[in-house]
Amino acid sequence: MARIGVFVCHCGENISATVDCGKVAETIGNLKHVAYSTEYKYMCSDPGQTLIKDAIKEHNLTGVVVSACSPRMHEPTFRKACAEGGLNPFLCEMANLREHCSWVHEKNELTTEKAIDIVRTQVEKVKLNSALQPIKVPVTKTAMVIGGGIAGIQSALDIANTGHKVIMIERSPSIGGHMSQLSETFPTLDCSQCILTPRMVEVAQHPNITLYTYAEVESVEGFIGNFKVKVRKKAKSLDEKACTGCGLCTTKCPQKKIPNEFEQGMGMRPAIYVPFPQAVPNRPVIDRENCTYYIKGKCKICEIVCPTKAIRFDQPDEILELEIGAIVVATGFDIKHADFFPEYGHGRYKDIIDGLQFERLASASGPTAGVIKRPSDGEIPKNIVFIACAGSRDPAKGIAYCSKICCMYTAKHAMLYKHKVHEGKAHVFYMDIRSGGKNYDEFVRRAIEEDHVNYIRGRVSTVFERDGKLIVKGVDTLLGAQQVEIVADMVVLATAGVASSGAEDLAQKLHVSYDSHKFFAEAHPKLKPVETNTAGIFLAGACQNPKDIPDAVSQASGAAVKVAALFSQSELTREPLVAIVNRTSPPTYSTCVGCFMCQSVCPYQAIEREEFKARDGKVVKTVAKINEGLCQGCGTCVALCRSKSIDLLGYSNTQVYAEVVALLNEY
Amino acid sequence: MSDFEPKIVAFVCNWCTYAGADLTGTSRIKYASNVKIIRFPCTGRIDFMLLLKAFSNGADGIIVSGCHPNDCHYTSGNFHAKRRWIMFKELMDFMGIDMSRITFSWVSAAEGARWAEVVNTTVTRIRELGPYVSYKELVNKSVEEEVKNG
Repeated sequence: MARIGVFVCHCGENISATVDCGKVAETIGNLKHVAYSTEYKYMCSDPGQTLIKDAIKEHNLTGVVVSACSPRMHEPTFRKACAEGGLNPFLCEMANLREHCSWVHEKNELTTEKAIDIVRTQVEKVKLNSALQPIKVPVTKTAMVIGGGIAGIQSALDIANTGHKVIMIERSPSIGGHMSQLSETFPTLDCSQCILTPRMVEVAQHPNITLYTYAEVESVEGFIGNFKVKVRKKAKSLDEKACTGCGLCTTKCPQKKIPNEFEQGMGMRPAIYVPFPQAVPNRPVIDRENCTYYIKGKCKICEIVCPTKAIRFDQPDEILELEIGAIVVATGFDIKHADFFPEYGHGRYKDIIDGLQFERLASASGPTAGVIKRPSDGEIPKNIVFIACAGSRDPAKGIAYCSKICCMYTAKHAMLYKHKVHEGKAHVFYMDIRSGGKNYDEFVRRAIEEDHVNYIRGRVSTVFERDGKLIVKGVDTLLGAQQVEIVADMVVLATAGVASSGAEDLAQKLHVSYDSHKFFAEAHPKLKPVETNTAGIFLAGACQNPKDIPDAVSQASGAAVKVAALFSQSELTREPLVAIVNRTSPPTYSTCVGCFMCQSVCPYQAIEREEFKARDGKVVKTVAKINEGLCQGCGTCVALCRSKSIDLLGYSNTQVYAEVVALLNEY
Repeated sequence: MSDFEPKIVAFVCNWCTYAGADLTGTSRIKYASNVKIIRFPCTGRIDFMLLLKAFSNGADGIIVSGCHPNDCHYTSGNFHAKRRWIMFKELMDFMGIDMSRITFSWVSAAEGARWAEVVNTTVTRIRELGPYVSYKELVNKSVEEEVKNG
């Protein structure tokens, strides 16, 4: 006979403020098969867990229901506690009284009634739970890092330095990401390239890292420790082994008027190009969309001039099939561009640029060799206006969040400008200054106090052109909402950071969640910031939300440790919540009739055929069999099975029916 | 009928809607307490016989909710659920079941507010429809007919 123990948690006051926990424990205690029922302030604390462990032994419990928070939060905690108490961990269930009851309802009788119903349902379920043993699966000790920005680089190097193999995928022709575009970095004003490029070279030369640039993830199958990833290596139209990177082809290419992506459209590049001089790998690719040969069928000048005959016009895309144990997603961010800000004239007037364009203007390797020249006529601007929060924290624009990095880089931009144009005037329109971080606020104060940047607290309503000057109309809220009009030579918008293009598509390939802004979702906002909901896939950097370099690097190292911890095990244990096809005695063998409809719906190819043979060796029946290593426990086959021969451990038919019956009937 | 509180069961998937409902809680968005959630790994696991089981046990309304198309944790479970829904909707309608008592929706892990909205609109609708007593009549009638026909 079942002997269930029920443990009602107050969660401080999170549950007990709206739910009468005493009444819940008492009512449940009177139910049949409930051997023990109690309440406690913090079930997840050490004394709380000890309470469960002791009760298991003392009352000889055959099942436990912890009535507390969401199982997505603490199920592993309590299952572990049960195991330590001598009970099979899969005989423990959680009733979600916090997220699904106390936090979403008012304090009244009905809420307590609902809490009782939730607990009752789990009591009925746990009675039917069976003691399961974890499944052991092998681990492929190779990691994949998707994205070659600073976060990806950090993760790849950290994993590689633990002695494990890493495959890095980058979709553009070079690694480096946005950090390689930056001039100098806050709050130290050290040169971005100087700290980044050595790390890029380290990636290329590391014996444990294999780098594929100009490559994208095609598909991802499998599960933690055992992913199968297909990668499309886009044709570079080049034999990389033959190419020496001399760069003759790039100088001879007649097509020279293509806006340079690396320079944010502030400069031009040829059709065969290396994105920037310090690119890794330092080998050109042909941009087939803009190459004269691919458009008109003739040219081939690069092939003629190439001293090593490395050009391959007929090179096809290549699909690599890789066995991967863990994946770090580090695909970074983009910023909002031009047409998003009609009120600021961005995209209409040449001298209104975004933050990344300013970085290129200020960069010694940029299109103006580090001289701040405005795009329209190459003049050095005498009056420059920076507009912070362009798009960010603006629900009307659909972006309610703070992009986090803009306050700091705007202060940096203003300082860089003042350092280069001493007599110039820099104005910053801001909402609030968010400069939390080590030495960050001091940095902003320096911009204001030492470099005399004029900070104006208020928003800009419009920017328009008058007599060749840009008129910035705003308001100064610290001067009683007084209107301010500044005549500027150039305007820089700190545009919102947004998810990288293609993020949604990648998330769907990886089966990880993402938020409404297409940023990848972490498994828990506080305690699992680098994990995703899909085991074995981790996040690093700004693909999760906009973040600065120190944050991105910290998270990347965190993800690397998670990968290393995974790879330190020779085999993984996985939850045994998988489907099974029943077996009976001969001559039936199974109620399965062998229609194999299940095979066609299984997303994991986990359903195999098993043949039963008579003594003479003749096959008498063929039935379905689940490969438990491949099965992920979605249960699609269970709902589909016409003879009800498949069941799902942990969510069996009898369990879910018992839940429905318990939930709807009086007790 | 004003004091009628409907009993509503929600069959949700673990990865999107269950997590979304968790977010509703974390965001402290209030909703009607008539809905009780049963967790499944995936909407693909939800056998439509369960819906009938719920009605026969006195449910006045049902919500089935999972991940948005293309966002399924298991790649395609929600598509199978959707296809099954299209098939069973016709069949159940033909059998005389009041289809307006079933809400089929997608709520992602990031849509806490949407979950509250789905619950509240369903509760309001079921309140207007009143208790689902006709299901029992429907079943009894078919049993009677079976008895009559031997």
